[in-house]
Amino acid sequence: MKGSTLGVGRLRAASAGNGVLGVLVLLLIGLTLGMGQLEPLFRALFPDLGTPLYSRDSFLNLMLAHIGLVLVSSLISVTIGIAAGLFVTRPVGREFEPMVSSLAAIGQTFPPAAVLAIAVPLAGFGFAPTIIALSLYGLLPVIQNTIAGLGTVPQTTLEAARGNGMSRWQILRRVELPLAMRVIIAGIRVSVIINIGTATIGSTVGAKSLGTPLIAGLVGNNLAYVIQGALLVGLLAIVTDLLFERLERRYSFGG
Amino acid sequence: MASTRSRQWVGNRVLMTLLVAAVASVGLLPFASLSPNRLASGQSVMLWEASASWQLAAFALIGLALLLAALARPLSVRTALWLSLIATLPLLALDFQALGGYAHRALVDASPAARVSQGATFWILLFVCVLIAIDALQRLRLGMAGRALYGMAALAVIAACFCGDLLAPLSIMREFANQRDNFVDQLIRHLLLVGGALVPALLVGLPLGLMANRRARLRNGLFSVLNVFQTLPSIAVFGLLIAPLSALGRAVPWLGDLGVSGIGVAPAIIALVLYSLLPIVRNTYSGLAGVSSGALEAARGMGMTPRQILWQVEIPLALPVILSGLRIVTVQAIGLVVVAALIGAGGFGAFIFQGLGQYAIDLVLLGAIPTIVLAVIADFALQILVSLSRPAGTR
Repeated sequence: MKGSTLGVGRLRAASAGNGVLGVLVLLLIGLTLGMGQLEPLFRALFPDLGTPLYSRDSFLNLMLAHIGLVLVSSLISVTIGIAAGLFVTRPVGREFEPMVSSLAAIGQTFPPAAVLAIAVPLAGFGFAPTIIALSLYGLLPVIQNTIAGLGTVPQTTLEAARGNGMSRWQILRRVELPLAMRVIIAGIRVSVIINIGTATIGSTVGAKSLGTPLIAGLVGNNLAYVIQGALLVGLLAIVTDLLFERLERRYSFGG
Repeated sequence: MASTRSRQWVGNRVLMTLLVAAVASVGLLPFASLSPNRLASGQSVMLWEASASWQLAAFALIGLALLLAALARPLSVRTALWLSLIATLPLLALDFQALGGYAHRALVDASPAARVSQGATFWILLFVCVLIAIDALQRLRLGMAGRALYGMAALAVIAACFCGDLLAPLSIMREFANQRDNFVDQLIRHLLLVGGALVPALLVGLPLGLMANRRARLRNGLFSVLNVFQTLPSIAVFGLLIAPLSALGRAVPWLGDLGVSGIGVAPAIIALVLYSLLPIVRNTYSGLAGVSSGALEAARGMGMTPRQILWQVEIPLALPVILSGLRIVTVQAIGLVVVAALIGAGGFGAFIFQGLGQYAIDLVLLGAIPTIVLAVIADFALQILVSLSRPAGTR
């Protein structure tokens, strides 16, 4: 009985979640394309400002640049992170596992903004340091969760797979990875959400992103710019997080 | 086959890999750079050009000791690990010695504007020392006390390098000398902002966590609201708080007199509290939820009142988990305060963004490195606190 009411509740929550997600996605697209239409509103809210709408670049361009930064760096982090996680959980690389784990744990105590700042002397200003900092930082939660996820696969399951005559590669692809996928995706989610935030600060080292109007507004004392940038980047983060939540749910076997 | 044969020779492949990486870096990447002034880019100097001959000999000796520790024979596993652990301390000192010594010699007959900065190999050697130590400490299974002791020895070595004027001619230390008073101010400001956010976050978060534990209905809603704040980029939250707070500061004059305004400390503290709530509430909740029903029943059976059970059974048993939440939040807050410098709250972030604006890399590092050190030290200290809070026998 309890199970079934819980199931209904979860179903209801999921469909309510769909509604919220739908509204937020529409809001995100609408604001990205139609921020210009809101100019009268910003003019009314901030009568003292000469230009109440950021116009040095279109919000669509800024949004695409931001998503591009996060996408490129996340692809790098996910590829290297999962590969490293796999390496240290195979017999060849098991010796490296304790060190890689503690490195990932210590690295995550480094503030993302400080890592971004340190990338500048290495790579100059612009796109490159931001990509380096985002990929390096995003790597850590992916490695950590890949190791943790593969570690949750029960030994008996692995033995059963071996007993069925599956090869190592088959076990990895058809048993270990599917069972670890939910935890790995949770790591990717953390990494992407942190990177959306850090890409915003990337505009201080010269990378174009939704942080560009935000920082320009903070520096030039233009609150309207700040709100325009902050709204869009906040929405982007929430929508991305909700999408990952759904993805994670898809991989949770039997709750 | 080749790999099994090499495994017979190499006893510690992690140490061997680190050693190869260090040697490759020494051979390929600059150890220091010499530039005509603060803003110009410098000319690369390799380790063997920068070191005095006794330093080169010492580098080689430590390298051989580490190689010996990485081989399967003749040393026993434990002896090899102790050797690698001990050898990292002089390597650490030598890394700083070589850099400082080079800076002294290079600047003797250079113009006063000339600067010496650390290069990639300096950082890589430092990093390799840290990794060798981490690996050896883990393999030796030293407890918290052993790790803390070794950590303090390493810190003492580094502190000794900073005492005296060994590193004074380095570019970043000259920047530090210029900013000395300012540096102390920003350090205090950084710590005050972190403390100023953590105290209210604990005052609100601990009762909320208790409530989440007692009332299941409240839990989901509370967690999803708090999760939204964790998701939002910090700079967006800082930005969105500016307008309402400056309106509030203007509308309620006494609040304005207290310093509530759109920029500065008020929005920084509010945003930090909002970010800190989720980990505190979540860990308080799960710490309390993890208390075994057996312990609770035993307490009830002994005739303890609910209040006594909370204070004498539940909270002590949940303490390690609650403190882990505090650890997450403290490290997170130290990092978020960096970003708060963009809304004029001060702290080490002020150096970072000022440096980025002027393309003064030393100023950037003067903000970034202390922030990282602060975060790592806070993490380690709270980790010790967490392990001390575990009931005896489960540590």
